[in-house]
Formats: sequence, structure tokens, C-alpha cells
Amino acid sequence: MALLEVRRISKSFRGLRAVREASFDVAEGGILALIGPNGAGKTTCFNLIAGVFPPDEGTITLDGRRLDGLRPDQVCHAGIGRTFQLVKPFAALSVEDNVMVGALRTRRDVAAARLAAREILDLLGLAAKGRHLAASLTLPERKRLEVARAMATRPRLLLLDEVMAGLRPTETDQMVAVLSRINRETGLSVLLIEHVMRAVMALARDVVVLNYGEVIARGTPDTVVRDPAVLQCYLGEAAL
Amino acid sequence: MTWSLVLNVAVGGILTGLVYGLMALGLSVIFGVVKVVNFAHGEMMSIAMYLAVLAFATLHLDPLLMIVPVAAVFFAFGYLLQIGLINPFINRPEHSQFMLLIAVALIIVNGLLMIFGPDARDAMVGYAYDSLQFGPLLVDKVRLYGAAAALLGSAALFAFFRFAPTGKAIRACADNYLGAQVVGLNVKQLYALTFGLGTACVGAAGCIMVLLVDVTPTVGTAYTLLAFVIVIVGGLGSMAGALIGGVLIGLSEALAGLVMDPSAKSMVSFALLVVVLLFRPQGLAGRRA
Amino acid sequence: MTGPRLGLWCDGVPRRALVLCGILLAVLLAAPLALNSYLLSVLILVLYFAYTGQAWNVMMGFAGQLSLGHSLYIGLGAYTAAALFMHFGINPWVGSLAAMVVAAAFGAAVGYLAFRFGIGGVYFALLTIAFAEFTRIGFDHFPWVGGAGGLFLKVVGKGRFDLLHLRGSAVMFYYLLLALTVAAFLLCHRLMRSKIGYYWLAIREDQDAAQALGIHTFRYKMYAVLLSSAMTALGGVFYAFYYNNLFPEQIFSMERSVEIVLGPIIGGLGTLFGPLLGAFVLTVLAEGLRDLLSALGLALPGATQVFYGVCLLAVIVFLPDGIWPGLRRLLGLDRAAGPGPKREG
Repeated sequence: MALLEVRRISKSFRGLRAVREASFDVAEGGILALIGPNGAGKTTCFNLIAGVFPPDEGTITLDGRRLDGLRPDQVCHAGIGRTFQLVKPFAALSVEDNVMVGALRTRRDVAAARLAAREILDLLGLAAKGRHLAASLTLPERKRLEVARAMATRPRLLLLDEVMAGLRPTETDQMVAVLSRINRETGLSVLLIEHVMRAVMALARDVVVLNYGEVIARGTPDTVVRDPAVLQCYLGEAAL
Repeated sequence: MTWSLVLNVAVGGILTGLVYGLMALGLSVIFGVVKVVNFAHGEMMSIAMYLAVLAFATLHLDPLLMIVPVAAVFFAFGYLLQIGLINPFINRPEHSQFMLLIAVALIIVNGLLMIFGPDARDAMVGYAYDSLQFGPLLVDKVRLYGAAAALLGSAALFAFFRFAPTGKAIRACADNYLGAQVVGLNVKQLYALTFGLGTACVGAAGCIMVLLVDVTPTVGTAYTLLAFVIVIVGGLGSMAGALIGGVLIGLSEALAGLVMDPSAKSMVSFALLVVVLLFRPQGLAGRRA
Repeated sequence: MTGPRLGLWCDGVPRRALVLCGILLAVLLAAPLALNSYLLSVLILVLYFAYTGQAWNVMMGFAGQLSLGHSLYIGLGAYTAAALFMHFGINPWVGSLAAMVVAAAFGAAVGYLAFRFGIGGVYFALLTIAFAEFTRIGFDHFPWVGGAGGLFLKVVGKGRFDLLHLRGSAVMFYYLLLALTVAAFLLCHRLMRSKIGYYWLAIREDQDAAQALGIHTFRYKMYAVLLSSAMTALGGVFYAFYYNNLFPEQIFSMERSVEIVLGPIIGGLGTLFGPLLGAFVLTVLAEGLRDLLSALGLALPGATQVFYGVCLLAVIVFLPDGIWPGLRRLLGLDRAAGPGPKREG
């Protein structure tokens, strides 16, 4: 049984079907990338899993436990940490406090949470910025803060929404290295939405391609990028 | 309680409600475009009421004649207020904007108190107690004239936003701030114009209002709240909603006055507000966000 | 024995700050010995605004929920304790508990409706005003508490010092209020260093992000409203027994709500010292101005309030974070080098 099982979920907004009958799995310890052109329904899928809104149809289970219909905080308690595509730092708090808030849920007290926060910041290369206000961070740093905060909740599955966007290639490689190390060492499973193919190819073991809310292809990164349906949806008819 | 009494009270309430509507229209327009909530709205109206009372006491000018000059002065006042004070706050947190306007309100109320003292004042026009009879219906002249003036004012504003190029530009700003900037609209100036128009509305409403109620320095706060209730009931940012809300509140207050102590009648408006907030937060005429 | 217990309160607080707090407290404790009755009454007013400001700050400064209707809780607290005392002879200390319960129940109603139905921002502020106004009008027509005509407690001789029944001189009320203010300060200090405090700040900064981190935002916002309304009610109880008369028109008025808000905003929203500092600066300046105007023969009703308005305007425009952050830097109380956490301490 896979860790996360998404079965035929659908969601419509004012008659527009953003996601239709999408199904995919994230294996225990696996890394799955969700790709597709803009407006393909990737972020909607994320929000359905994270509990921002319930799916109209279909089920989502984590380790056999139903998630659909839960609130975002309950989904977090169930073991899913998420980042936001448009980063949402707690601007007036220090970087360390940002991460500590995430750590508080599973740690004994504030002091323990603070220690955990420092470890995570260290892991993501933000240790030097711990005392700075989150508002003072650059965009790449904010993206890393998002990841740090989500990881602080001790998730079993991490949802990463375009955390590479806006990063320079070297920064992307750093982030890829950090994520694959965490995945290797702690067995943390990852579901990521990503446009940066360099990161997808390096990080993901499996890829699911969405277009117009539907899954049009799935497989390893190498097979998916050669799939005619995928090429067509990214590049149009002319490519074929 | 006879039917004709209820009818008379209802018609009176609707007419008063149209004046409320004009007042609330100002608040609604400002919110709809500038996205700033004018917490000093009623207090601004009380300034207009004092201006009208003064003009009547010294020059014997009918308050209805004061509508145009007061609206003009208020337009300039609102324009300058937006340019000078409020514009730097457009991107500040909501609560700073509220507090800014609450500070303005505090200064207005107590400035009026310092100048005019706490006593109530009014403008006793010659026709203050006259009424017109239509069958069983007895309509106060002041209410009828006031409502007509309010409708005229609202119609002018509607026409401006519908047909005038500047009005269309303002609507574009309201719909899409970034887009308006991209196509080269001077958003800062359009905001100031809008704020000016909103305050002009409330200035005009103030002139009419002195025909219906006495003015004291502290009357403004109650009207700020009333204006909020109206625009929320009607739909914040919707112009038609402000008028509908005004009529609805005017009517319900008048009818409530029949069955309960008149001083308790605004409880009905607040109850209405709470119900609307809970079940239709976008207001009666508003679009769901 | 005292070591670890002190450590609980003083952990991470700079030594210099502790010394300054000690001096401040000593000055406040000794103040009645040196002040005449007028100055004492001014200081009582300062503490009253400091306390109620601190209570309001819990909701807005910490949890980010803007209430512009806190006069509701002042009024409910005042009326509950006073009416129980007058009608049934219930001891004001017991009455205080009832007052807190009643105010918290109203707070719960406001909070439940707003947070359950997703009413935020300006709508929330308006809902709080609407509840206060609604209740004001209700009390105007509530004969059991005297309606619009007011509720009066029997004034007793100045010499008495009956702490048990809250009947006594201004000095007694001063110390009572000082104790209340210090207690509120310590409570907030504790809270800000605990899980609940950090959760509030997270909610204030970004509700969606807070919820994604597993915070039950509805519950924590409710905690803030309940605590804030109950604390504010105690301010109301004090008001009732100190002034001995209550009118719905006054105690539930929007002006009262705004007065409560002024101190924390001028002092520094979300800071512990902001409400104290703001209350002190505003009240002392306003009283000074009043004296100056009456000495010049220009005393006019409303002058103080205009002054409040101008102060508020100036602070909002020129010092958006209030006076305290700047003063803290001047006193050298900022932690470590670098841009540290801005809205603490």
C-alpha cells in the first residue's frame, strides 16, 4: 500500500472543472513530481490534499486514513507538511520563530521547539539568518524558509509547491541536494509541483503529468519526457 | 394601529431611507474603488450639517440650496484628504487605515464640540411642518423634497460612473488596480477624485439631513455606523446596493419605531446587520468574492 | 526555591530590562506618598488605560483580531458586578468572577459568529462595534440596571479602606489597579513566551500558513477573545466601583472603545510595554494640555479629545510601530545585534 493514495478526485469552481478524476500514489519514502502546463490543476490537487477545500468527488488517504474533508490543521496533524507557491512567511517574526511555530506542535515545550528549529535551519542553510526578521529575507531564502517550516511539523509527506521557481541553477541544485539528502536519511516522502525540469529530473523517481485537470501520463522522468501526449500538451501540435 | 398609519410611516421611512442611501453611497464608492473604509463618514456628514445650519441661520438659505456649494467644498476636502493623508496608507495594513480615519473622526467630532458646543441645532425652514396629501397618504414636505434631492444626487453619480470617461476610468481602477496602471491611468489622481466624490455625496446628504434631524457634534458616530450597516446590508462596493440598503434600513427603522421605543429602533438595524453578515456576507446586491 | 521560579519569569530578559522594571515598579508603589489627590487620580487613569489596553492588545496585538467594540466588555463587567452588589449584596470579588464570565460569554458569541462564518478584517471590526452598540441600546431599556437613567452605587466616606467590598479611598483603588496591571503584564509576558503566544503571532501574521502548520486557528482565536474580554471586564468592575455611577450611553460608547485602543497603538501594537507607555504618554499629555488650556482660560469641552486625535494621527503617520520600539532602542534593551524579532518584549 502506498503512503498517499489519491483516488479519482474532482473539483469544480463555478462550473470550471479544475481537477477531474485524478488518481496517483506516493510510495513510502518516494518522491513524486506533479507536472503540467499552467492551469493544469496542480495547485488545486495540492490544496485538495492539504485540506484547503474538500474534493467534490474521490478520496484521499494517508496510510489508509481518510484525509478528504479534514481541515488544513488536521491534515497537518495527520502527517502532511506543505509549502505555499506564493510564500507566506510570518513577516514580523524572526526566521527562527517562524520555524519554531511549526515545531511547537510535536515538541514538549518552546525550548525544545527552538532547538529543533535551529537544527532544521542548519540543514537548509539558513542558520546564519535565524535572528533576522522573515520580512528581510530574499525570495530564494523565503522559499527555503517555507520548506524549513513545513519540515518542522515532522511530516511523513512533504508537499512542495514550486519551491525551485525563481532560484538560480546553483541554488536549484543546492535545494535538490538538500531534499534528496533528507529523503535518503529520514525516509521522508515528497510530493512536488515543479516547473523546473532540471530539478524534476534530478529529484523525482516518478512523475505524473496533468493537463486540463486530467492525468495524461505517468512513469519515470525519462519515459514521461518522451511521451507524445506530454510533448503535445507542452509544445503544441507543431512539435509532433 | 391603522393601515393608513402604517402606510404613512412606511412611506416616510422609505423617503428617509433614500437620504440614508445617498450618504451610504459615498462610503460605498470610496470602499469600492480606493478599498479604504471611511471610518469618519458620519462625522464628515455632521460638518455638512453644521454648514447648512449656519447658512440657514445667518443668510436664511434653504439647506437644499446648500447642497451644490457644500458638495463642491466637500469634494475638494475629500480630494485633498486622499492626496495628503490617505494615499500613503493604501498599502498599509487595514487596521492602520481604520485608525487613521478614526483619528480624523475624533478630531472632527470634538472640533465641532469646541466650536459649536454640545447643544442641538436645527434649520427650521418655513415648510418644516407642512405635508402634502395623496388620498390617505400624508407626506412631510421636507421628507419628500429631501428624498427627491437625494435621488437626483444619486442619479448624477450613477450617470457619471456609467457615461463619463473619467467615471469609466475610475471603474477600471476599481476592477483592476495593476491593469489600470499598466494602461497609463493616473491611479493616484483617480483615487483622489473618487474620495472627493464620496465625500461630496455625504456633504449633499448632510445638507438634506438637517431638514429631518437636529445636529449635535456627536451625531456623526451614529451615522458612520448607520452607513456601514447600510452598505454591508446592500453589499460593500455596490452602488445600487447602497440605495437599496438605505431604503431597507430607513423602512425597517420607521416600522420598528411603531412597535418599540423609538430610541431602541436602531437595534433592528444592528440585528439586520448581524443576520446579513452571517448569511450573506457579500450583501444583498453584492457579488460573492 | 525562588531561583527556578524567578527563572521562569525572567528567562531571556536582559538584565538591564529587569532593573528598569524594578525601578518603575518601585516608583509606582511609592507614588501615592508623594502625589496629591489630583495627580493620583491622573495616575489611576493611566493605569486604567494601561490595563484595559493590555487586555485589548491580547486580541489585536497578539492574535491580530481588531476589536473596536471593547467598551462592550467594560460595560458588561461594570454592570454585572455593580448590579449584583446593589441588588443582592454580592461581594464585588465574587461579582468580578461573574463579570468575567458574562463578558467572556459575549466575547464567545462575537468570536464564534465571526470565526465560524469567516468574517474577517473590516467586517469583524464592524461586528464588534455592532455588538457594543446593540448592547448599549439594550441596557438603555433594561430597567433592572436603571436603564438610560443610570446605575448608582452608594458613595462612602473617604476614610474607609474596605478592600473586601471595594469601598475606600483613591489610594486603595490605586494599589488595586496597580496590582491588576502588574498581573496582566506578567500574564502577557508569560503567554508571549509560550506556545499559545507564538500561535497567536502566527495567526496574526498569516492565518493560512498558521493553519497549514497544524494550528487550530478557530480555537486559538477564541482563546484570545475569551481572555481579552474577561480581562477587560475586570477593568469594567474597577470602573464601576471607582466612579460609582454607570450610564449605558457612556460606558458602552464607541468613544470608550477608541480610548482603549489608543494606548496600545500609540505605545506599540503587540508589545508588552506599548499599552503602558501609550497610556502614560497620552493621559499625562492630555491632562497637561487641559491644565494649560484652563490656565489660559481656553478650556473647551472636546479639546482633550481633539488632542487624542492629533496624537493618534501623528503616531500612525510618523511612527507606525508606536513609540516603544524606538524607546527600547534608546534604552539599549534590544536583544543581540542584527535585526532581531521586532514585536516582542
